[in-house]
Amino acid sequence: MSAPDDRTSPAATSPRTRPPRWWRLLGRDRGAAAAAVVLALVFLVALFGRLFLGDRAVRQDLRASLRPPSLDHGFYGLLGTDVLGRSVLARLVDAAATTLSIAVPAVLCSLLIGSALGLWAGYHGGMRENVAMRVADVILSFPSLLIAVVVLYVFTPSAMNIVLILAVARIPVYLRTARAEAAELRSRLFVDAARTFGTPASAIIRRHLLPIALPTLLTVATLDFCFVMLTESSLSFLGIGIQPPEVSWGLMVAQGRQYLQTAWWIAVLPGLAIMLTTVSATVLAAWVRLATDPGQRWRLTLPRKRRGERAAVPPEMIA
Amino acid sequence: MKPSALPSPTATGRPALEVEGLRVDLHTPSGTVRAVDGVGFGVHKGRTLALLGESGCGKSMTALSIAGLLDPVAEVTGGSVRVSGTELVGLGRAERRKLAGPVLSIVFQDALAALNPVQPVGRQLAEPFRIHRGLSRRQAAEKAVELMTRVGIPEPRLRARSYPHQFSGGMRQRLLIAMAVALDPDVLIADEPTTALDVTVQAQIMRLLRDLQTERDMALVLITHDLAVVARHADDVVVMYAGNVVEAGPVREVFSRPRHPYTRALLDSVPEHAVRGRPLPAVPGSPPELSAVPSGCVFQARCPLADDRCARERPALEPVGASRSAACHFSEELDRG
Repeated sequence: MSAPDDRTSPAATSPRTRPPRWWRLLGRDRGAAAAAVVLALVFLVALFGRLFLGDRAVRQDLRASLRPPSLDHGFYGLLGTDVLGRSVLARLVDAAATTLSIAVPAVLCSLLIGSALGLWAGYHGGMRENVAMRVADVILSFPSLLIAVVVLYVFTPSAMNIVLILAVARIPVYLRTARAEAAELRSRLFVDAARTFGTPASAIIRRHLLPIALPTLLTVATLDFCFVMLTESSLSFLGIGIQPPEVSWGLMVAQGRQYLQTAWWIAVLPGLAIMLTTVSATVLAAWVRLATDPGQRWRLTLPRKRRGERAAVPPEMIA
Repeated sequence: MKPSALPSPTATGRPALEVEGLRVDLHTPSGTVRAVDGVGFGVHKGRTLALLGESGCGKSMTALSIAGLLDPVAEVTGGSVRVSGTELVGLGRAERRKLAGPVLSIVFQDALAALNPVQPVGRQLAEPFRIHRGLSRRQAAEKAVELMTRVGIPEPRLRARSYPHQFSGGMRQRLLIAMAVALDPDVLIADEPTTALDVTVQAQIMRLLRDLQTERDMALVLITHDLAVVARHADDVVVMYAGNVVEAGPVREVFSRPRHPYTRALLDSVPEHAVRGRPLPAVPGSPPELSAVPSGCVFQARCPLADDRCARERPALEPVGASRSAACHFSEELDRG
């Protein structure tokens, strides 16, 4: 944490200065900073972990079956082994890449498509809104797991297909949120004001609606991130998701479930990984929400101790 | 069709803004009501016209229908609005967008709500230039700073990065005015631009509007319920009541010798005429519900002169004198009395 000295000088709080850099704001919020570090680690491991792994994630060693986590068996024995004697640590690293390569594209796809459609429908209203909402209702009315089972049974359960299924199933979530935001925003005076100097609809959506709706949509997306990871794990559990010998966190939980009483680490550790990742994403999303709101951003610049005591008045109004 | 209420004697040529027989209907759950009924006026470049009336008389509705911003529940059902010779009623979206900004522009009352809370003001001021002139981001930003300087915002280059909530009310109104005049419109509509401001700031804003008007040769339509603002800043005035024009003419003449009982009642209720210890003079009663506008004269229920004839037939807006018109059966008597 940096000392509070730089905000007591008037220049630091004056509205005339640039808004503080985002990494400085992040540094001031310990929770968000920790979450960012965890997420960064997960992504780094997912990106580069396999380079160092070799075949350790799949190499079997039946003599080392079901070893509990310990320091006695070197780095890869740190988190124990599964029933085939494969290193849980190596499998966690390998699974991180698979899991993220499914969850991230799926969330991004549904976020992009759903938000764009929702903002468009909400801004224009009328027929377009009705059609978009009914399509969302149709998608929502099918149990997404059922569609996934049917589609993945008919087609091959490849990573690509899983991503597509998950993306389509989650589009309505963003579509409805974005539509609600846009429908509320379109009647605001600044949208009218933009129309009085001839701003076309696409520019209004991009410059006036999107920046306001985006923090909400990102928050929904981080929550959805964990939902997608869990759905992927249930698909893997049903045997139509990730196919062994590939491995994902969800699949590890599923495979470890039967050893829960004898070897808790096989299922619990990947579960923990899922939880840690989603909690970090959520904490970071909450921070992003504050940091992207110009009316709220000043709260993050307050020194930690005084944050609770200060009146809810932006500093430039006190000065 | 009614004649344009204001054949201005000084200016020549076509008015920059001509409104004729404008009718706006509101579709409410309890039926359709007429919010604006046959309103007409004209404004020449360089002139200021005030639309005067109490709340709910249809003056803002008139402004919004000229600007094409009516709610889905409101609908222009008749009349014509011509801006610099182009008919706006029934114009397609794309053509209207081309006119919005370079030809016709509007300043709103609530400046905080009219600015996007999450965009720096510099970027918002740059928007008209990017849309209509196709300038690059940097060029448009430069233009925005120029505009901010013009409307008197100190340290414009630094302040361009601030957000709307970091400005005072008066500064926000200046920003809004800057955005409205960005593309040199022929006609500027100011919808109660000073109502939310204190009196000293009000005067500054009105002075700014007037300076910009002369500098850029705009026709200004000032929508207000403030008699003092009208008296000080407008050339012509159109007095509205319950969606109708009841009197129109040059401000000086209308205010010194009103030819409609409503105008007279309004002028009499200015506190200067009050006597200490007596109740403040006011127009008795309240305007009619839009759904229950009487068939005769719209003002009959509150008019001291009303008789049978007023209940039967609605007085038309007739010329009274060289450049004035009034809608009253008794306009001649009012002039004498």
